[in-house]
Parts: sequence; C-alpha cells; structure tokens
Amino acid sequence: MMDGGMVTTAQALVRFVGVQKTYDGEHLVVKNLDLDIKKGEFVTLLGPSGSGKTTTLMMLAGFEVPTHGDIYLADRPIKNMPPHKRDIGMVFQNYALFPHLTIEENVAFPLTVRKMPRSEVKERVRSALRMIKLENLAHRHPGQLSGGQQQRVALARALVFNPQLVLMDEPLGALDKRLREHMQLEIKQLHETMGITVVYVTHDQSEALTMSDRIAVFNDGIVQQIDKPDALYERPVNSFVANFIGENNVLSGTVENIEQGFCRVALASGGSVVAQAVNVAGAGAATALSVRPERISILTDGQAPDGMNALPAQVQDTIYLGDHALAVLKVAGNGEFMVKLPPGAHAGLSHGQSVSIGFRPEDCRALDPV
Amino acid sequence: MTAAFVAGADASSEVPLKRRLKRAERTRRLKALALILPLLLFLLFTFLGPIAGMLWRSVDDWEVRQVMPHTVAALADWDGKDVPGEPAFAALAGDIRTARDAGTVAIASKRLNYALNGFRTIMSGTARNLKTLPEPGNAKDTLIAINPAWGERATWAAIKGASGPLTSFYLLGALDLTRNVDGAIVAAPEEQAIYRDVFGRTFTISLGVTVLCLILGFPVAYMLATLPTGQSNVLMIFVLLPFWTSLLVRTCAWIVVLQSEGIVNDSLRWIGLIDEPLRLIYNRFGVYVAMTHVLLPFMILPLYSSMRSISPAYMRAAASLGASPVTAFLRIYLPQTVPGIGAGSLLVFILAIGYYITPALVGGAADQMISYFIAFYTTETVNWGLASALGAVLLLATLLLAVVYGKLVHGQQVTGGMKN
Repeated sequence: MMDGGMVTTAQALVRFVGVQKTYDGEHLVVKNLDLDIKKGEFVTLLGPSGSGKTTTLMMLAGFEVPTHGDIYLADRPIKNMPPHKRDIGMVFQNYALFPHLTIEENVAFPLTVRKMPRSEVKERVRSALRMIKLENLAHRHPGQLSGGQQQRVALARALVFNPQLVLMDEPLGALDKRLREHMQLEIKQLHETMGITVVYVTHDQSEALTMSDRIAVFNDGIVQQIDKPDALYERPVNSFVANFIGENNVLSGTVENIEQGFCRVALASGGSVVAQAVNVAGAGAATALSVRPERISILTDGQAPDGMNALPAQVQDTIYLGDHALAVLKVAGNGEFMVKLPPGAHAGLSHGQSVSIGFRPEDCRALDPV
Repeated sequence: MTAAFVAGADASSEVPLKRRLKRAERTRRLKALALILPLLLFLLFTFLGPIAGMLWRSVDDWEVRQVMPHTVAALADWDGKDVPGEPAFAALAGDIRTARDAGTVAIASKRLNYALNGFRTIMSGTARNLKTLPEPGNAKDTLIAINPAWGERATWAAIKGASGPLTSFYLLGALDLTRNVDGAIVAAPEEQAIYRDVFGRTFTISLGVTVLCLILGFPVAYMLATLPTGQSNVLMIFVLLPFWTSLLVRTCAWIVVLQSEGIVNDSLRWIGLIDEPLRLIYNRFGVYVAMTHVLLPFMILPLYSSMRSISPAYMRAAASLGASPVTAFLRIYLPQTVPGIGAGSLLVFILAIGYYITPALVGGAADQMISYFIAFYTTETVNWGLASALGAVLLLATLLLAVVYGKLVHGQQVTGGMKN
C-alpha cells in the first residue's frame, strides 16, 4: 500500500512506527500507523473528519501521547518529550494569535522565550514580517487584522524560529475560497524557498493536490494510500481513495477471470468490460470498477475501437461549467455516471437520448467492492 | 435637467425628511422611556435622592442659623480678631430668651457643642440664668457675669463658624481636620482624630480581603473554566451556594466555627495541637476569614467569565512555540485574565469597604470599619452631619477607584479577541 512513498530510514526526519491511539480504551482512532516523512518534504494528511489525521498531527506536536508505538524526530524518540522542547512550529486552525500582544510581539514570542538577544529578535521579526508583507501592521493587535492577514502572521510566527518541522492544522479552513487559493500558493512558495518540512492536515482534497509532495489519505484510523498527488489520482489502490480524490464513476460487477494484470468483469446489469486488476481477490469475487470522467468518451457512431470497452448509456442531464461540460448518464444501473466533455459538446445531447460510451481498459481500475 | 437643479431638489426635500425621521424616532424613544420610567423613578426615590440628601447634610448648617438668627446677623461683619461688641451680645441675649421660650436651645447647643466642647453647658446655664432681657448697653456685662466664657474669642468664633448656611466642619471632621480660632484648617486634637485611622483600617481590611479572594479564587476559577461543562456546573453550585444563604446566617456560622468552644478549637484540642483555645474570632483574623468567605463568589465569577473566553488553543500555541508551561501561563494566560482580575478585585474591594454587619459581629473594637461609625452617628448620637460627611468621603473614594479602574480597562480594550 505504501509503494512509491517509502523512504529509507536515513533520510526520514519524522518516523511513525506502529503508532496507535485510543481515547476511550475501546476504539482505536489511529490504527497501527507507519509513516516516514523526508526532510524538506510537504506531506499532507488528508481524510474525512474522524479519520485520525488530526490526532496524528497532535501526537507529532506533543499534545497527545500515543497509546502504543513510537514517533521519531531526527532519529530521536519524542514520545515523552513535552511540546515546548520539540522544536516544531505549528499553525492552528483559528490561528491562535495571542490577542493581548501586537503582531510584532506575537512573531517575536518564540524568539523571546528562547532568550535570543534583543537585536537579533528585532532583525528576525522584521524579516519575517517583510516575508509576509505586513511590516506596516507590526504594531496592530490581531483583532484589528483580516482573516488572511492573521493567517500570514500565524505562519510567520511558526516559521520565525527556524523549526526543523512545521505543522499546519487546517490553517485555511476559515478563509473564503479566493483567499484560500491565494494562500495555498503562498504557503507552497514559502515551502519551496525556505526548504522547510511541512506536515499539513486538511479535509479539502483540491488543497492537498495543489500543495503536497505526497499525500497520506486517512480513513478509519488507517492510511489508505500515501503517494504523489498525480499517482493518487491516476492510480488509486482502493475504492475509498478513488472516491475521495476527484470525481469517480463506479460500476459494480463480478470478476470472471484475471490475465496478465487485466480482468474481465461481468456487470450486475449485464454486459462485461475489461479492467486493470488492481485490488481484486480473484475470479468470482465482487469488485467495484473505477473510471475517471475525463477518461470516457461518447461514441458518436456507436462503435468502439478495438480493445476499448463500450457500454450503452442514457443521457440524464447535461451541466455546463464554462471551461468544460459534464454529461450525467445512466450506465449499467448507475444513474450518476459522469462524463467530461469539451465545451460545446453537450449541445448535441438531450434528456433520455441513448448513446454509447467507451473507455480503455487501462483507464478502468478494478478495486475492492464498496 | 442640470446637476444644480437636482442638488436643490435634494436640499429642499431633506428638511421634511429629517423632521419626519425625528417624529418617528420620538414615538419610539417615548415608548422606551415609558418602559424604564418605573425603574428610573424607583432609583430616583431610593437611591439618587437619598445620596443627594446625604451629600447635602454633610455641608448643611441650619441649627444655629434657625435658632439664633439675630446673633448670626450681628456676627456677619465680625472680623473675629477680638470679642465682638455690645450689639452682638444684645442679639445673643434676645435669641437665647426667644429660644428658651420656644424650647429650641438644645438644638443650637448640640450643634455648638460639636464645634466647642462644653458649649452645651454654657448655653443651658445662660438660658437658665438669663431671667430677663438685659438693659440696653448692659448685655455684654450681664452675659459675661453669667458665664465668663462669653468673654472669650473662641466661644464667639464657634458661633460664627456654625452660622451656616454651608459648612465644611463635618467634612473636615471626617478627615480629622478642624478650624482653629482664626479659621485656619489644622489637625484635630489627638483624642478626636480617629477617622483617618478608621479609613486606613477600612482600606487595609478591604485590600487584604481582596488579595485573599484573588489568591483563593484564581485557582477555583481556573478549574471551573477548564473542567468539562458537566463537572464545572456542579462545582459552580458550590461557588454560588453562599449567595443563597443570608449574610447574617453565614456570619453567625463563622462565630460557631471559630469561637473558643467552636469546631476549629475543639478539633485542634482533640488532636492535641493546642492546650488553650486559640483566639480566632472577635479580632482581625475573624474579620478576614468571614469577609473573604462572603465575598469570594464576587471574585470567582468575573475571573471565571474572563477565563472561559480564553481558548485552550493559546496555551497550545505557546507550547508549540517553545514556551514552558510556566512561561506560557505568565506571558499568555495571565495577561488575558487581567480584565477579570480587575473587575473581580474592584467588585470585592468596593463591597468590602462598605461592610458593616460582618466586622460588627466577628470583629473586635479595633476592627470596626467606617460603616460602623456611620451607623453609630446616625442611630446613637444622631449626628447626621458627621455621618453624612463620612459617607461622602467613602463615596468619593469609591468613585475615584471606579474611575481609575475604568481608565485602566479602557486602555486595555484594544484587542478584538480571536477571529473565527
């Protein structure tokens, strides 16, 4: 499951080894987590709420203690190290800027608690504020700043003491869409120019895809897949990841046979398709096929080229989205089957019309049944 | 249509619009006023009125003016350098005769006795012995013959000083000051100078109680603010419990607990720590214990409300930025509770300086606070002027504190808290 994401121990800055966490002694919130994070990497923990991603982050920050297993930071076990000795910068969901201190004092806080000489504090704070372009607001209080500005101050405060690791817990959750996208790019640039190691928690998959070097998809306390964004999207290893990342079309069926990595799957509604055998138990097992909307074409002449899967479909609706259009079809009993079309192509389709769709076996992945 | 025309039309329609707005607002304002009118009237009659009356009484000087109007008039031009001349004596003799017939000598002599000890005797003796009005031109000799004190400047200065209509006598008295024969403000004689001591004691006890409440209340408030809601609600009942019992009952309970045959002394003796009962009550210790107990909720509640609004994220943020728990508490948590500390301390302090029943019941003679003396002068000796003056000084001190606190808090209010 960890293929493509494994790093050797020597390179890893953070290592989770067999970490488990339970709050009530009955349910494991994090089940047997093994995760390595390289120095300079931007790793996102992505998953729905309650999947264990925030708990994982809190264990790394030191606000929660693992029930079992060990966490290593730069090859030192940190399980019993209090948070203030870990040298980890953290950006919180609601920024947690100290309301009684000015912006300048907020950013200076991690330096002054480290008893840094005053002149150096001043210099570092100035350059940190210059980095986030808020030098002119140095003497304001956090309450007088907009959400985006507060977010930048929180970033500067977490970075100013050059921590070996920076954690971000849904830092953009409170911002509106446009500002959020802007901040995503800003954080990514900071990561690249400063070469910092970032562990980022979000439930927003587009945010994760935009920013990360690698994404760990959490569900039910388990890392479902950890991979580069494109691999995660193109080559999901199970149905959860396929459904969680991007749009996905699901067709249920039964495996008939497996041959050279491909399998023939009989659909529940009749007909059969050929798909990549990614996560199937063997012949006779149930499976869920996953096809991305942009990998499907509507066949004008009803004839599929050689080797291509073809299925009959009925048009339910068309949705115009500016740069592209979506056709909602009913295919093999699935009434929400999406096909991505170039702009304008939806004009020829009308409700109830019967069409044929085609997709290559390489673009169809047979995964575990939902 | 030109721009000027449009502007002119706007200007002409503006006036009626404003007037209409005012009319609409007026009805609403009158309705709102009618709603708060009962409370306003209640406050006026029970609070503002009495306070104004009290302030007036602390400077009002009517007794001598009413009983001896001719003497007051005769002394109006007296320079106070020497014993006044014959006309003043004649006026005095006339006034005393009239007052004697009207039975009002006691009123004036009581007031004059405040100014000059023994004046009551002078007045009553003179009234008794002045059988008839003295012959014209003979008043001075007659009166001095009855009581030689009439030949002294101080006696006349006392009358002049008490001739009103307004006086600083009581207010000066409340600050242990008095006027000498020449009218200059000097320190009061030592045996009468007790109020500065009493004010000092009042402020010392109040400050002590405030500090004790803060020390005891801060951890409790912190616990209440950090515990889960269910548990903190149960604890809150214990904090509020004293509110549901009468002040008198709570104070008397302390007598039961602290007296020499009380629970504390009995327990200590039973353990064998002491042989003789400790003196825990009818002294300063008892006052501190009982007052702190009674006033503690007033400290805990404002502290609790200010702590409740401090997100735990701040402490986590401080820890993640490298602050040890102690540093995080001192630099991040404590400063954010300052408004609560200020409000709680002000509340406890202001309530404490007005305390009367508790020190009266559990304190000794040297632990009585200013309210005791105010009560003493209103109910025992009926010296309304001095009682009012003591009250006025107390009121002024309290207002000053409130203003200082307001300034401090206003200076603090620059933060908008956490933005969500």
